Amino acid sequence: MGKGIKRPLLSVEGLTKHFGGVYALKNVDFELFEGDILGIIGPNGSGKTTLINCVTGFLKPNEGRVFYRDREITGLAPHKIARMGITRTFQVMRPYYSLPAYKNLIIPLWSPRVRKLGGWRGGGKHGDRDTVAVDILEEIGFERDSYVPYKLASSLPTGYLKRLELARCIALRPEVVICDEVFSGLSMSEIATMVPLIEKLQMEGITLIMVEHRLRELFRVANRVMVLSYGDKITEGVPDVVIEDERVKEVYLGWEGEEPDD
Amino acid sequence: MEEGRRKERIDRGIKVRTSGLYAISGWPELVYLISPRFVLIVGMLSLPLIFSVAPYWQRVICIVCIYTMLSIAFDFLANFVGLINLGSAFFIGLGGYLTAIMNVYLGLPPVLSIPIATLLGAGISTLLILPCLPLRGIYFAIVTLMFPLIIEKLIQAFNILGGTNGIVGLDGFPSAWWEGYTAIIVTLIVLFALRRLVNEDVGLVLRGVKDNDQAVKASGISVTFAKALAVFIASSIGCFAGAYLSHLYMWAGMSLFALDFSIMPIAATVIGGGGTLVGALIGSFILVPLSELLRSFGTLRIVFYSLVLTAFIIYKSEGLMVYAQRKYHQFERWVKV
Repeated sequence: MGKGIKRPLLSVEGLTKHFGGVYALKNVDFELFEGDILGIIGPNGSGKTTLINCVTGFLKPNEGRVFYRDREITGLAPHKIARMGITRTFQVMRPYYSLPAYKNLIIPLWSPRVRKLGGWRGGGKHGDRDTVAVDILEEIGFERDSYVPYKLASSLPTGYLKRLELARCIALRPEVVICDEVFSGLSMSEIATMVPLIEKLQMEGITLIMVEHRLRELFRVANRVMVLSYGDKITEGVPDVVIEDERVKEVYLGWEGEEPDD
Repeated sequence: MEEGRRKERIDRGIKVRTSGLYAISGWPELVYLISPRFVLIVGMLSLPLIFSVAPYWQRVICIVCIYTMLSIAFDFLANFVGLINLGSAFFIGLGGYLTAIMNVYLGLPPVLSIPIATLLGAGISTLLILPCLPLRGIYFAIVTLMFPLIIEKLIQAFNILGGTNGIVGLDGFPSAWWEGYTAIIVTLIVLFALRRLVNEDVGLVLRGVKDNDQAVKASGISVTFAKALAVFIASSIGCFAGAYLSHLYMWAGMSLFALDFSIMPIAATVIGGGGTLVGALIGSFILVPLSELLRSFGTLRIVFYSLVLTAFIIYKSEGLMVYAQRKYHQFERWVKV
């Protein structure tokens, strides 16, 4: 990966966030390099989503700084950070329920970022947004000639909604996509179709951060993993090393140093 | 309802895949699609002709149109952008007073003073509401409710802009036909323009703000900008209605800030069916003439009025237009379970 030479795309220094007396994040540092898939794992309440919220501007950190391409973005409004190319999915899926699935993508496609970057893959200056929207949905696994892309988002099953969340990010032509538990709530076969999508995004040059509970799938796609516990960063490294780390086993898997005998 | 049967609803075949896309294969389907719009437009345009024998009712139609514009603006903000605005009277008062200042104090003709009052009023409203835009739901509603009350009391307390007497001597319209058709044509334009807008890409962004403002932010769009745009559109409609009203009465006074202008649009939208825009029109055309008819009952009219409203809310809470559109666009039949 050549980390030694490359400047990090996104770097977080000493991020701290507390709600009253409860510390959700304590002095967390990490760096994200172009083309990486960084996994963030940790038990419930360990501050994973808070970390995402602080990076994407949805929460203002109490201390610490966030840099993107050597520019400080700490405390910027979420839409400004999104305009720079960092976008995210939400853990609790909330599509635009009153709109058909493909119309959900019109909103990112209308955004200043996409208008500035120009048409989507040569679809004229801005492209016909409806067509572009259906194209993106087809890429992400909606059957183009079926009724699915045209159905109201409120009538779609979970698997499609997760894809729609991801599609909404892709439509923004992002540089960094932060996925907040895209695998959770999906069946094994649905996950099996999601994994290639994630890999495809990486191949297209998009850098990803994935917050996950489904370790097996995450470790298949991620090339670095960071572990959080009660707001502390415990360790970071390649998946194979992290999974063997004693502290990780302790906080995440509930083991206490040694395997129980029974 | 009998045991073992249920009502099944099926869309008429004309609809293709999604709303707003139709497959038309002959004149019956064309008529099916166009006739509701046609009836509405022709009906509205013929109203002044029908009531030309009754000048009093011609005037009522103008008032109905004012409430219709307010209701459509309310419906647009509430059901498409998610902003519950309880202060429609603020727009009316602002538009009314601005046109009065320009017409009486500065001597501009109505042709100029009404459009300027519309745009200027919308700009002022948007600026004043801008700090409240991060508020949501009931909080935004309460703040907007305060606006007309504050201005009304300011005018009274400082005795400015004519004080309790208001500004008199505005230019009127050349004739009753001008009065009627100005209101009706603008109302129709507002209705069809907004119906178009909410399905355009910009309109989808506004609807997105209502559904999920977090995702709109994550898409790189400023939610405050989107809301401000919506408020500007709605308040320009309201300010036009106010400017028109004060030229209709040739007077601008504190009663332009009356609670009626804030409450009636909400009631009309509830009765007509929220989220349809045309429902706001239907609701106004029921409520305003009804309240005129009940005028002969004196103070009892508010009782009848409240009863009608309560009955509607309890028995047809979805609203007339939602019900009518469903009946028009879907078959219903009983099927065995």
